[in-house]
Amino acid sequence: MASKKESSFINMVLTLFVVTAVAALALGAIYVVTKEPIAIAQQKKKEAAIRQVLPAFDSLKVLRLPDASGKDTLEFNVATKGGQLVGVAIKTFTNKGFGGRIDVMVGFYPNGSICNTAVLQMKETPGLGTNLMHKNSDFPNQFEGKNPATFKLKVKKDGGDVDAITAATISSRAFCDALQRAYNAFEKQKGKF
Amino acid sequence: MNQVKNFTKGFIKENPVFVLLLGMCPTLGTTTSAMNGLGMGLATAFVLTMSNLVVSLVKSQIPDKVRIPSFIVIIATFVTIVELVMQAYVPALFEQLGIFIPLIVVNCIVLGRAEAFASSHTVWSSVIDGLGMGLGFAFALTILGSVRELLGSASIFGFHMIKGNFMLVFILAPGAFIALGYIIALINRINKNA
Repeated sequence: MASKKESSFINMVLTLFVVTAVAALALGAIYVVTKEPIAIAQQKKKEAAIRQVLPAFDSLKVLRLPDASGKDTLEFNVATKGGQLVGVAIKTFTNKGFGGRIDVMVGFYPNGSICNTAVLQMKETPGLGTNLMHKNSDFPNQFEGKNPATFKLKVKKDGGDVDAITAATISSRAFCDALQRAYNAFEKQKGKF
Repeated sequence: MNQVKNFTKGFIKENPVFVLLLGMCPTLGTTTSAMNGLGMGLATAFVLTMSNLVVSLVKSQIPDKVRIPSFIVIIATFVTIVELVMQAYVPALFEQLGIFIPLIVVNCIVLGRAEAFASSHTVWSSVIDGLGMGLGFAFALTILGSVRELLGSASIFGFHMIKGNFMLVFILAPGAFIALGYIIALINRINKNA
């Protein structure tokens, strides 16, 4: 084994420079290689969520429109089949979750009834708040086919029509908040699809 | 040095989790299910092996006073590679593990092996050591994840035996400590008899 290099100023500077330069080159190469698969994976995930929350469609148009308060912009995925509007999937969110922000994709029929919902991202407590997802519990089923005009999007504790998840009232409230935001935006922007 | 011994020491005798008690943060944080534990363990094993390889290759070129920053840059590079590759090809697992993947950089096992082993051994020994330690870590996380998944949600590798949850506390943080404590006790017992 060769003897260690002396820790002189020039040696240290040179070593760190070479190490970081090689690292930067390697990362640049990997970034270029993985850029496209990452974009495809994310796009696929979004499309899967849209497919899950809407009835069958054959073409999709993405609009970005402000929500009812005019402060935040939501993503509207307008789905048509043979030129006929079949539903709108809105990517909505809430910041009232137990673990902060929750992103939800919610699909509406043209008349404003909820078709289905899908949680895109959340940091809720595993086993409690994560019951917002279809695969974990029946909680999200209760929204299917309900029109928020008559179905009050609030948990029963707060005088609404939603059965909250046991031991996850905050998550349930947050979910309702996200749906309400989407519905309000849907009602406001109705004419633009 | 006997390479077989060098490789197998990471599993029971010097297991990073159960005996050395290194890298507790990802251990407790990611082992909510067997699959998550395995994924995290394999990602760490890859970083550990590659960083051991590179560190032992360049060790004579690096002045002592800047060795820690150099090692950290090397480790961080491999962690970022893992992060990008996972995001591209196994997005579901990447989402589950979330913040813990970038945090492999500061996992004390990785720097610990670079400093304590790779910087003073040959390239071949270092790779074997990284593989053994890394797979030992993966093994430990998979065991812990299986126990927690089995007790917490009555399933194993995602195959449910009953619908809903069983002993929920094992999925949450306190259950991680309880399960880990019992497994460490068991491993100590095995090591004592061996």
